[in-house]
Amino acid sequence: MSMIWLQDIAFLILLIGISIPLGIYIYRVMTGQARFMAPVEKGIYRMLGVQDKNEMSTKKYAVSILIFSGIGFVLLFSTMLLQEVLPLNPEHLKSVRWDLAFNTAASFITNTNWQAYSGESTLSYLTQSIGLTVQNFVSAGVGISVLFALIRGFTSKNKKTIGCFWHDLTRSILYILLPFSFALAIVLVSQGVVQTLLPYKVVTALQNGASQTIPLGPAASQIAIKQLGTNGGGFFGMNSAFPLENPTAISNLLELLSILLIPCALCISFGKAVKDSKQGRAILITMIILFVAALAIVNISEQYGTVFYEGVAASGNMEGKEVINGVGSSAIWGTATTAASNGSVNSMHDSFTPLGGMMMMFLMQLGEIVFGGVGSGLYGMIAFIILTVFIAGLMVGRTPEYLGKKIEPFDMKMVCLIILAPPLLTLLGTAVTVMLPQAASWLSNSGAHGFSEILYAFSSMANNNGSAFSGFTGGTMFTNVFGGIIMLIVRFIPMTAAIFLAGDLSNKKIITASEGTLSTSNTMFVGLLIAVIFIIGALGFLPALALGPIADFFTALK
Amino acid sequence: MKRFLKILRPAVSFLLIFTVLCGIVYTGAVTGIAQLIFPNKANGSIITVTLKDGTEKEIGSKLIAQEFTKPEYLIGRPSGTSNLSPTSKELKKIVEERIKWWHEFDPNNTADIPSDLIYASGSGVDPNISPAAAKYQVMRIAKVRSMDEDTVREIIDKYTTGSFLGVFGEPSVNVLKVNLALDGLL
Repeated sequence: MSMIWLQDIAFLILLIGISIPLGIYIYRVMTGQARFMAPVEKGIYRMLGVQDKNEMSTKKYAVSILIFSGIGFVLLFSTMLLQEVLPLNPEHLKSVRWDLAFNTAASFITNTNWQAYSGESTLSYLTQSIGLTVQNFVSAGVGISVLFALIRGFTSKNKKTIGCFWHDLTRSILYILLPFSFALAIVLVSQGVVQTLLPYKVVTALQNGASQTIPLGPAASQIAIKQLGTNGGGFFGMNSAFPLENPTAISNLLELLSILLIPCALCISFGKAVKDSKQGRAILITMIILFVAALAIVNISEQYGTVFYEGVAASGNMEGKEVINGVGSSAIWGTATTAASNGSVNSMHDSFTPLGGMMMMFLMQLGEIVFGGVGSGLYGMIAFIILTVFIAGLMVGRTPEYLGKKIEPFDMKMVCLIILAPPLLTLLGTAVTVMLPQAASWLSNSGAHGFSEILYAFSSMANNNGSAFSGFTGGTMFTNVFGGIIMLIVRFIPMTAAIFLAGDLSNKKIITASEGTLSTSNTMFVGLLIAVIFIIGALGFLPALALGPIADFFTALK
Repeated sequence: MKRFLKILRPAVSFLLIFTVLCGIVYTGAVTGIAQLIFPNKANGSIITVTLKDGTEKEIGSKLIAQEFTKPEYLIGRPSGTSNLSPTSKELKKIVEERIKWWHEFDPNNTADIPSDLIYASGSGVDPNISPAAAKYQVMRIAKVRSMDEDTVREIIDKYTTGSFLGVFGEPSVNVLKVNLALDGLL
């Protein structure tokens, strides 16, 4: 157990150490201060027909995102439907059924990467690379763009515009996602992650001479962005538990770091951008406290919460875990991937102990704000900060303000849309599914754990996470269509609300802080923020959790 | 409508440009470099062995488990993925069967069975076992093969990888490589 803590501490030091310079870098490239690829950037703007100094109104920014995502959806959906007639399909895989194609397209344009299929038996190399890989990049870029639009809402005064979406998106991909993914992909190949266009390899096994098929493909390039862009959709069905996707302790560390790296760095960028590093630090500390608390529970539960058998050496829970990861690297990955809305897995979450599984579920149910998705996690957290400021303002009877901007009714309406859409749809999705008579046949586990499988599935889809309790059969027509719609709603309603929030804030004047202004960077505020996050999460989900993992835990005790 | 078209143009162009850049150029560049610098790893870490009659044969990937059930081989983790809760009755039944299997398979061994031999992995094809699980099998392998136990141990040590920097991940023994070495093929 002490080795597990040591690993966790080393990981956190490494993560924070790299995020600080990365955060400053992201701030500089996203605000146009460092434009070392200016010729390429300007060339792209010319092809788009966008001016170098373009500015957009709130509405135009929002509509641009919706249209862009819509076109992305159509292209990805059609690629999957036409797969069997398109090239680069050495395994002659059939076209994808419409409902699965709908679900997958919705899943990847929303940065969820819920997967109701196994990549190696469903998708061609073409679909994976020009379809999914591209959406891995742009959906992450969209999240970063919206975050910077919101940041500009705080930094500009009396302005009717919030920046240009095409500039934000171009910069986020060109300067951040693409170069880092490229470097990571090459290192992953050096560890044994496959990257090839050759067909699957058939070999003859040693003991019995049976033939065994080794699935291949251009995997490393997609896995790099899947980790960095909080996407999480595996090239192979078993995601990063599959040895060809995550072969060594080194590849595991790098993939794990990549899950949290950009969300963590963005907190630093935020502090820089609002010219008050303490604000960014307070957010980062809040996230780390919640992360460490969840990690501690997962660690303890996985190490001590399993069943012991006579004649078996005592150990933590190894069901569904790889030897190279053991309990330690599996627990921290599971916590990180659900804290951030990544959703990749290096072990089977369904086989976690009841309380370990509950913590991962709860991190998603908090709204994917403990790091969260790239960009989307931080704008979700900012919504919680505004809510906290608002509640504090009510208590002392002052007009709430954050970073010099008065928080008024319109802003609070947007904040409510951001905060309430995911939990409502999580509960609605779970409730509707539980009422279906055929739902029981979609589960691997019986009893309370079976209910947990459904609750986990909708917590994941309705928070754009994408991981699963894989005992749940996700590929049914019902889940594909219903889940697909949920993923679209919880991505685009909060996102549009964040853009309108940005527009409204941008239009306000900046008031200077006075003695009566509530500090949003001190210890008390961090405590208040954590309390608000926890109360909202607990109010929404304690009853459901009591029926699932908590009941599961007490049943096991007996 | 005109305003809609004004937004549509950059949206379509953006998607096309970045489909080329991230889908084709990026994937292509990574593939090219991978094939050039790490051809074996990029193509699945396939192990090719030379048989006694001199023919070469592709025997497997060092990263994908193969089934071993004979006593002269190092036996890996149970295959497949259960997705069952570790505290469930269903898994309890499966695990108890596996414990029984090990005791019947190797009746002279009274040591505790390392847990990775009775619990399935997440991928279902974990190519590794823990050093403890390898140690548990040394006596049996040596006896069946009439080999020195130290020789078996040496082979296992040779294909054991430590954790990274002594902190990240867990040490592991590659089952296929050990078995190929035991057969004198590696």
